[in-house]
Formats: sequence, C-alpha cells, structure tokens
Amino acid sequence: MTKSELIERMAAGQRHLSHADVELAVRTIIDELSKALSAGERIEVRGFGSFDLHYRPPRMGRNPKTGESVALPGKYVPHFKPGKALRERVNAAAGNA
Amino acid sequence: MSLTKADLADTLHEQVGLNKREAKEFVDAWFEVIREALESGDNVKLSGFGNFQLRDKNERPGRNPKTGEEIPISARRVVTFKPGQKLRARVEAYAGSGK
Repeated sequence: MTKSELIERMAAGQRHLSHADVELAVRTIIDELSKALSAGERIEVRGFGSFDLHYRPPRMGRNPKTGESVALPGKYVPHFKPGKALRERVNAAAGNA
Repeated sequence: MSLTKADLADTLHEQVGLNKREAKEFVDAWFEVIREALESGDNVKLSGFGNFQLRDKNERPGRNPKTGEEIPISARRVVTFKPGQKLRARVEAYAGSGK
C-alpha cells in the first residue's frame, strides 16, 4: 500500500470529508510524525507501536571507491517497535498463532 | 514527552479544520487502515517517511534466560520499519544539533 492508496482507503471510510481534506489530513499526520522524530521526540500509539531514536556511535568508514578511511560521526536513526495488537494481528493472519 | 494520537487529532483540528470528533476518528482510522494492510500481508510504503515491511521468520532454538531451559521460538511474521531517506536525513540533522 502506497501513500496514494492510503489516501483512497481513508477517503472510502470518511465519506463526510472532502477528498482534499482527506489528502491534507493524511499528509499532515505523516508530517507530524516526521517532525516529532526530527525534534528527538518519541511517538507512542497504543495497539500500533512506538517510534524513538537509536544512537549510532561514531565509527571509521571507508570510501568504497578509493578505499580511503573516513571518520563517520555519531548519529541518531529512527526505530519502530510494533505494539502488541499489531504484532498479534499480523502474526495470526499469517497463520502462525 | 512523547507524541500521541491526541496530539495528532489536535493538529488535524487546528490545521485541517476537522471538528474534534472527526479528527479523533480520522487518527484512529489512519492507524487501523495501516494495521489492516499489514494484516493482509501488504507492505506499507509512505514516501518521505518510511516503509513498514513484513518479514517471515523461521522457527529457531531459544532459551529461557531464567532457567536455561531450551525452548524453540516458533515461526512468526513480524513488522519492521525502514525509515526513508528524507526522514533519516532530518533525524540526523537533529543529532548534529547536539542532544
């Protein structure tokens, strides 16, 4: 499912809203999630999961073309931990649980 | 402090003009539509944000860390999130500003 398919499915379930509002609302949610993480803020949604940042310490890397060593600074990367309901539903639907 | 569904609903109320009930319903539906897609075996790709991907794991040997007893970890399907280029760059820029 892509962003445009998500917009279509949201529109199908929210018929009282204009398509333009649905589109704007979907984009606004994605933008708010990105903004929160970019500001170092955690996101917590019960039954879906949580997002936070994991730190990657500085390391020596290598330019794959020249073989030259380069110092890479420490950085933060986004991390998602699926919530219980999401984990269970996905796994049950796969026929495992 | 962390961002919650209530914060997202407030933003939809203020920026999109949905009333409070519509905004709350919209946020709930947004997460539910994504859960349903993943449940039906469909990966979710939100460009600019990231991809939710399904991975099928085989059964593997595990151990009860308390008793040391060997117990198999059953085969399962799990959700992983791969942040997109744009989100990774934005988050890294934050790291650069010093936490």
